[in-house]
Amino acid sequence: MTPTTASTTASAADAAATGADRAAAPALLIRGGRPYGEDVADVLVEDGTISAVGPDLSAPEGAEIVDAEGCIVLPGLVDLHTHLREPGGEEAETVETGTRAAARGGFTAVHAMANTTPVADTAGVVEQVLQRGEDAAWCAVHPIGAVTVGLGGERLAELDAMAGSRARVRVFSDDGKCVSDPVLMRRALEYVKTFDGVIAQHAQDPRLTEGAQMHEGRVSAEIGLTGWPSVAEESIIARDVLLAEHVGSRLHVCHLSTAGSVEIVRWAKQRGVDVTAEVTPHHLLLTDEEARGYDAVYKVNPPLRTRADVEAVREGLADGTIDIVATDHAPHPADAKDREWDTAAFGMTGLETALGIVQQTMVDTGTLTWRDVARVLSETPARIARDLDQGRPLAAGEVAHVLVWDPRPAAEVDPEEHASRGRNSPVAGRTLPGRNRLTLLAGRPTVRDSRLAEH
Amino acid sequence: MKHLTGIGDLDRASAIELLDTSTRMVATQERQMRKLPTLVGTTVVNLFMEDSTRTRISFEAAAKRLSADVINFSAKGSSISKGESLKDTALTLRAMGADAVVVRAPASGAAHKLAHSGWIDVPIVNAGDGTHQHPTQALLDSFTLRRHLGGEQRDGERAGSVDGQGLDGLHVVIVGDIMHSRVARSNVQLMTLLGARVTLVAPPSLVPVGADVWPCDVLYDLDEAIALAPDAVMMLRVQRERMLGGGYFPSAAEYTRRLQLTQERADRLPAHAIVMHPGPMNRGFEIAGGVADGPRSVIVEQVAAGVSVRMAVLFHLLASNAREES
Ligand SMILES: [Zn+2]
Repeated sequence: MTPTTASTTASAADAAATGADRAAAPALLIRGGRPYGEDVADVLVEDGTISAVGPDLSAPEGAEIVDAEGCIVLPGLVDLHTHLREPGGEEAETVETGTRAAARGGFTAVHAMANTTPVADTAGVVEQVLQRGEDAAWCAVHPIGAVTVGLGGERLAELDAMAGSRARVRVFSDDGKCVSDPVLMRRALEYVKTFDGVIAQHAQDPRLTEGAQMHEGRVSAEIGLTGWPSVAEESIIARDVLLAEHVGSRLHVCHLSTAGSVEIVRWAKQRGVDVTAEVTPHHLLLTDEEARGYDAVYKVNPPLRTRADVEAVREGLADGTIDIVATDHAPHPADAKDREWDTAAFGMTGLETALGIVQQTMVDTGTLTWRDVARVLSETPARIARDLDQGRPLAAGEVAHVLVWDPRPAAEVDPEEHASRGRNSPVAGRTLPGRNRLTLLAGRPTVRDSRLAEH
Repeated sequence: MKHLTGIGDLDRASAIELLDTSTRMVATQERQMRKLPTLVGTTVVNLFMEDSTRTRISFEAAAKRLSADVINFSAKGSSISKGESLKDTALTLRAMGADAVVVRAPASGAAHKLAHSGWIDVPIVNAGDGTHQHPTQALLDSFTLRRHLGGEQRDGERAGSVDGQGLDGLHVVIVGDIMHSRVARSNVQLMTLLGARVTLVAPPSLVPVGADVWPCDVLYDLDEAIALAPDAVMMLRVQRERMLGGGYFPSAAEYTRRLQLTQERADRLPAHAIVMHPGPMNRGFEIAGGVADGPRSVIVEQVAAGVSVRMAVLFHLLASNAREES
């Protein structure tokens, strides 16, 4: 990471923004938990900052003591791929409800995708989203800027203006649409080098996916839904890693979903291409078999793939080919899902179930350690986005964005209990492990025992 | 059987039972008083969100011959074409007191959604959903096959009673646009369920990726399939838009050269083999006019069988359910 002048200045702005909260927060001692799932150590938080980490810390007078025996202590989670829907999609979600959902999921920062109405393609819109996030104060909200004007895929948006705005945008994406024009993609990759930005590509060849409804394979052939071939994703990723190599830029691959995509990213990393990749919780868990009942809650972009793909993305996440887990939280009003598959909306909620799915699919299976979870759900997403105070170590002197996660209880997922406006959870009715014991945003509790702590 | 949304709702025994009932329905249609009182007082709604006069009329005739009241609810000029959802339509039909809904829709899964989403709780009959299923078409095709080729003899003569029989030992070739065909999907499932061997013939660009696990063979060459001496050949309608917009094949000439059932090809079939088409036909494209009208053709008979088979389906869904309730 090479901080530029611009990001250093913005760092000061960030600190100023959370400073007020920090001063107001009372001292808090997290006692008996296991940071990163390793040795037991207490974590003392004072004035919004971690002041000490170690065994048997004594609580200062008046400090609240949180019993974290048996719990895992992690840096607050960071989501690089969230649809907060505001402005324009308030029926589905608002910054307020989306960040409440994020807090319940253990997140202390989300990156809000640009496909709003109006599109987040100007400094004005990204600053508005930033402001809404600050007002809601459930987690940090980092707006993602559109790559092209209106997500139209024709000309670059004013990337530098968004980067230089108070929102300090570093991640740019036309998510939901692919920057399919190779020349435009090349220019975007080059241009963001000015401010150490990254292009987060939604890899989907538009011609190969016209009318596509679900993964193209045995299930689509049988149930008669238009197929979405793996190659539509893989061909764009292959092109993009070569472009990134050619121009020496940073590329981030959104929600990679196929075994072939994992292979291509693995190959690119071996060549030294500066590429990072994400996988969603739902692609770690679910397959195209879910489409058989035509329940559109399982309709998502990219589509649920096969069991072999699920195995491949888990393996890719385990060996570091895939850098992070990001939710692609995509809430929709009930009407957009309770209808024929063809006309239903793409997308699933994810913020409030992400860590449970990661625990179930990766930790409980012995594939990832909790140290790895901190890496893929906090440290690396923050690093990719150049967030300065998120994804930091649990160490004295760091801003206290902390999650205390109890991995022991298991509960059935009931979307009616979710803080998100979206009820379109693909894991409704499934049992997931873990509970959000406590989430701290700059030392202030946002969640206690999976309930929002009003402020 | 609560609904008929696809062949997956049937097992071999219930499929044969439907075919046997269809045979009995044919007998009633040969009487002078064709109308049966079975479904007096029941209302069958034909919900057609896609144009298909042939199928709608067939279902309407079937329901009326069982003395049901029929309401035709078609997409043209209705609220559905103005953006009302299938769900809203279902709620409307429920309020209207429909006892069964026959649904034709452009969306794959529409019938399944009606049957299983809790919007309406009456038997649902799938009259064709997108590129998924068209179970009554498959039933009438199997009915026609059994009638002609079942029993001991295979000389095209009726071979006495075929009740209780499947299609064991028969070999059927289905030719055309497999990818977009709900008829092909339903027929592969039903014919193999009934013991027949099925061979599909299509250009590779019209075979869906993932069809490799279907219980049938896939060939790209019609002549190769005819050389296997099948008992029946079914030609599927090929929509010209597939050629122009989709680029699935280069030209009509190239398609017909490789895949049209010409007189010359029909002449190479075994003497007893029959020619089928679910209609509507593109004469001179997938099938030569002379073959469609020729002695092997059972195409008109398929249409007649359609009414009897749909009577049997409505009978099983409505009359049998009513018996269970009382
Ligand atoms: Zn996307």
